[in-house]
Amino acid sequence: MTSSDTTDPTADPDDEGFGLYVHWPWCLSKCPYCDFNSHVIADPDHAAWARAYVRELDTLAAMEAMDPAAPATRRPLTSVFFGGGTPSLMAPGTVAAVLDAAARHWPLADDLEVTLEANPGAVDRARFTALRAAGVGRLSLGVQALDDAALRFLGRRHDAGEALAALDLARAVFPRVSLDLIYARPGQTPDAWAAELDRALGFAPDHLSLYQLTIEKGTAFFAAHRDGAFALPDEDTAADLFDLTRETTAAAGLPAYETSNHARPGAACRHNLVYWRGGDYVGLGPGAHGRLGGVATRTIAAPAGWLAQVAREGHGLQARTPLSPPDRAVELLMMGLRLTEGIHAARFERLSGLPLADALDPAGLATMIDLGFVTRDGPWLRATAEGQTRLDAVLAHIAA
Amino acid sequence: MTDLSHIRNFAIIAHIDHGKSTLADRMIQMCGGLDDREMKEQVLDSMDIERERGITIKAQTVRLTWQAADGQTYAINLMDTPGHVDFSYEVSRSLAACEGALLVVDASQGVEAQTLANVYLALENDLEIVPVLNKIDLPAAEPERIKEQIEDVIGIDASDALMISAKTGQGVPEVLEALVKRLPPPQGEVDNPPKALLVDSWYDPYLGVITLVRVIDGTFRKGMKMRMMRTEAVHPIDKVGMFTPKLVETESLSAGEMGFIMAGIKSVADTQVGDTLTDDRKPCETPLPGFRPSVPVVWCGLFPVDTSDFETLRDSLAKLRLNDASFEFQMETSAALGFGFRCGFLGLLHMEIIQERLTREFDLDLITTAPSVVYKMHLTNGEYLELHNPADMPDPVLIDSIEEPWVKATIIVPDEYLGPVLKLCTERRGIQLDLTYAGARAMAVYKLPLNEIVFDFYDRLKSISRGYASFDYDMDEYTESDLVKVSILVNNEPVDALAFVAHRTQADFRGRQICERLKDLIPRHMFKIPLQAAIGGRVIARETISAMRKDVTAKCYGGDVSRKRKLLEKQKEGKKKMRQFGKVEIPQSAFIEALRMKEG
Ligand SMILES: Nc1nc2c(ncn2[C@@H]2O[C@H](COP(=O)(O)OP(=O)(O)OP(=O)(O)O)[C@@H](O)[C@H]2O)c(=O)[nH]1
Ligand SMILES: C[S@@+](CC[C@H](N)C(=O)[O-])C[C@H]1O[C@@H](n2cnc3c(N)ncnc32)[C@H](O)[C@@H]1O
Ligand code: SF4
Ligand SMILES: [Mg+2]
Repeated sequence: MTSSDTTDPTADPDDEGFGLYVHWPWCLSKCPYCDFNSHVIADPDHAAWARAYVRELDTLAAMEAMDPAAPATRRPLTSVFFGGGTPSLMAPGTVAAVLDAAARHWPLADDLEVTLEANPGAVDRARFTALRAAGVGRLSLGVQALDDAALRFLGRRHDAGEALAALDLARAVFPRVSLDLIYARPGQTPDAWAAELDRALGFAPDHLSLYQLTIEKGTAFFAAHRDGAFALPDEDTAADLFDLTRETTAAAGLPAYETSNHARPGAACRHNLVYWRGGDYVGLGPGAHGRLGGVATRTIAAPAGWLAQVAREGHGLQARTPLSPPDRAVELLMMGLRLTEGIHAARFERLSGLPLADALDPAGLATMIDLGFVTRDGPWLRATAEGQTRLDAVLAHIAA
Repeated sequence: MTDLSHIRNFAIIAHIDHGKSTLADRMIQMCGGLDDREMKEQVLDSMDIERERGITIKAQTVRLTWQAADGQTYAINLMDTPGHVDFSYEVSRSLAACEGALLVVDASQGVEAQTLANVYLALENDLEIVPVLNKIDLPAAEPERIKEQIEDVIGIDASDALMISAKTGQGVPEVLEALVKRLPPPQGEVDNPPKALLVDSWYDPYLGVITLVRVIDGTFRKGMKMRMMRTEAVHPIDKVGMFTPKLVETESLSAGEMGFIMAGIKSVADTQVGDTLTDDRKPCETPLPGFRPSVPVVWCGLFPVDTSDFETLRDSLAKLRLNDASFEFQMETSAALGFGFRCGFLGLLHMEIIQERLTREFDLDLITTAPSVVYKMHLTNGEYLELHNPADMPDPVLIDSIEEPWVKATIIVPDEYLGPVLKLCTERRGIQLDLTYAGARAMAVYKLPLNEIVFDFYDRLKSISRGYASFDYDMDEYTESDLVKVSILVNNEPVDALAFVAHRTQADFRGRQICERLKDLIPRHMFKIPLQAAIGGRVIARETISAMRKDVTAKCYGGDVSRKRKLLEKQKEGKKKMRQFGKVEIPQSAFIEALRMKEG
């Protein structure tokens, strides 16, 4: 396969980009399925948050610069992602302050991608315009469902009409807009999902994140599901829904480039590609994870605790864990096979320090190839469509 | 040394849960054996497993001092015994050391199967039986009716049965008085050569081997060279004493008394229960008759999940056997499971307990195979063999005849559940020997093949009678029977550890059921898996486990990586707990769970 067939035309096995993730932990209400580090607050102190982000970014950038393993010249930042939480609740000035600080520390790539997650229950035109002016070029909108009953079940603050109004507004303001939908909901039939997905594709988006509903520990849904309040579709139905999703989006010109992400050619989320290709990223804000030169960083998750430590020490880091080559290898396998393009052997070896073959269990790999779940294609190791559907099991077989 | 006339030895016997251990608690308290601070419920149930399950597994002996109403002080040796049928060997050994039995009957439940079985054991030993009605504090207690029941069903005089509550202590002093008055003191000659019955022995990691004895004649004291007459081992005595229930050393143990002897014995193999102890220099003439040995009736294979744990398993089994001589083990090899042990137990609860102890105390992950009984095989070439393992069944053309063991079972059940109980017995090839009624309850006596009750009969019985039926059995005879070996094929490969023996008339049904159960127990794989049951080359049942269709994490971004990596590592760990059969991984619990029948 040549690089022109890969997920992103700019893809180069020698470069996976370099990203900055910014975590905003606040929401207007807590959704019952959500296990993100998100909390409800009436009125965050925006000035304090802006100061803390800038202060932590200054510290992290200084640490990166002093790291002997760091590249000699500062690499350009290729993406920034404001995630949450509900970052559409951030003061636009905070977004601008973070982007300014980033520009002081790293050269910005010409085509820098700046994404912000938005909840349709927390938007208005003035805010969108101000966020755009602050530098946000890509909006990821949490529509979740196009059906009012489903939105109520998901505990969302908005109905379908409000979500679509937010979508219209977003498209008027931002050059790139993506939608999130949650499917494989209780009782959802393949027919119903096909119709919903068709409607979503009818808005002519160039990027869709389509997640099967997952029951996470510690959420309201976890207890309700355990106590039998509702049931998820069974394995066969979930598989049908997954296959249907891939076929429908591919036919509409937005094939899956990752397990749950679909885009028109060239419209993939460049920031998330950094994660899946194993690149470096700075993790800023409470509970943010980062990967810098083989070291995993993690900050304090509790917003107040993070703020306090940043004020005291300049950063909210709770752990800096060097990853061993086998750890890195497992991560690269887990993340890389989620991508339709798969894993490039040279990139894998450069990033993990281990030849790809050493990270694989030969017998397990042979079985998976035999069963048609995995292919080897020149330097690329790839999960087939059938393999994608069962990726966790495939990984358990092929990881050494 | 206490004068024989002031000693009373008795065992508390009852159906399971009728309150033996609780009554022992009250007696210990009232005699001052433990103070309130040291006391806890069922204090004699000291093993973790006993406390968790609330049952007694091992008999315990306690020496108490009772200030009787006649102004005299009596030494009382109390033996608390288990109620469950699997441990009746413990009861019979205890009874052999006593002059009396304190029969406890729950006044709300009445006479149950083990009440009867244990009374018969006491009568066989010519013991004086003192009946008491327990739990009279319960609103449901009907002591007068139960008194009649004791007379009707058991046929012993219950007119002066005492009404007590072991829980509150009401009536317990009267029980102690009754024991002093009604039980005969032990016989024996202090001046004869020392002679004692070895009732029990166990291994204590700090103290070594401890033997529990009942002295018949003479005196045992520290320094004496003790001889065990059957094993002929000789050891100098280090310590003697008793449990009050605390371990207390004494100068000596004399005729009529019970207590422990420690003699630097290294191997429990030297201490056969039922053996006679004497003085090596001045031995007694005739040894005691001893006990009829316990015979394991249920066998199963135990295999380490991790093959490298084989030696640990061997050592652990050996250690457990130090404290429980009633189970046996011998090495076994299975094509499917590798090296392990074929182990024999007194029953299913016994099997479960040993397994659980191996898992907990020795941190072993085990695969247990289907329990089986011992078949007697007569081959066409005239050879005879005992089959402990269905996998070893010879080719049918070489078999002339097979005999299987039967039991005589007594089931006591309220009338309203009799129908389903009789139906269950018939389904399990039972032959009714007797059916009698006492009030609103029926007592059914059946002859049943042991192989039909070994596994889940008791569970079924309990569930169809809402817990009201009680059940006891005794081994009966071996009878020729039309038995076949059913093999189970997973992905077209026979799995020897799943093979079982069944009566020809039941083979199809059981084969079908096991395939259905395995379909639920073996997780989906990446490919579809055929399951078959077969007799020889003839397939009698088949099922298919369809291939896994979906297993993928929906969301995985930067922050999730470490967590997901750990999940994958855990998953790989978990895979180690599965045994590979050809290409198929079978979870360790499936071997036993496959047998659990769902019946209507
Ligand atoms: N209400 C009431 N409960 C009692 C009495 N005696 C015992 N129990 C309860 O009955 C249950 C069984 O008591 P145990 O003393 O363990 O019975 P056991 O006969 O030793 O049982 P096994 O050793 O398993 O055969 C416990 O929950 C006791 O608390 C009593 O007099 N009144
Ligand atoms: C951190 S949320 C950000 C979006 C924004 N806070 C909102 O809710 O609109 C990212 C996306 O993950 C998806 N998601 C979150 N929890 C999920 C779950 N338990 N199952 C499936 N998808 C989930 C939702 O589609 C959500 O939009
Ligand atoms: S709004 Fe988004 S981040 Fe907040 S609770 Fe809901 S799903 Fe989670
Ligand atoms: Mg007890």
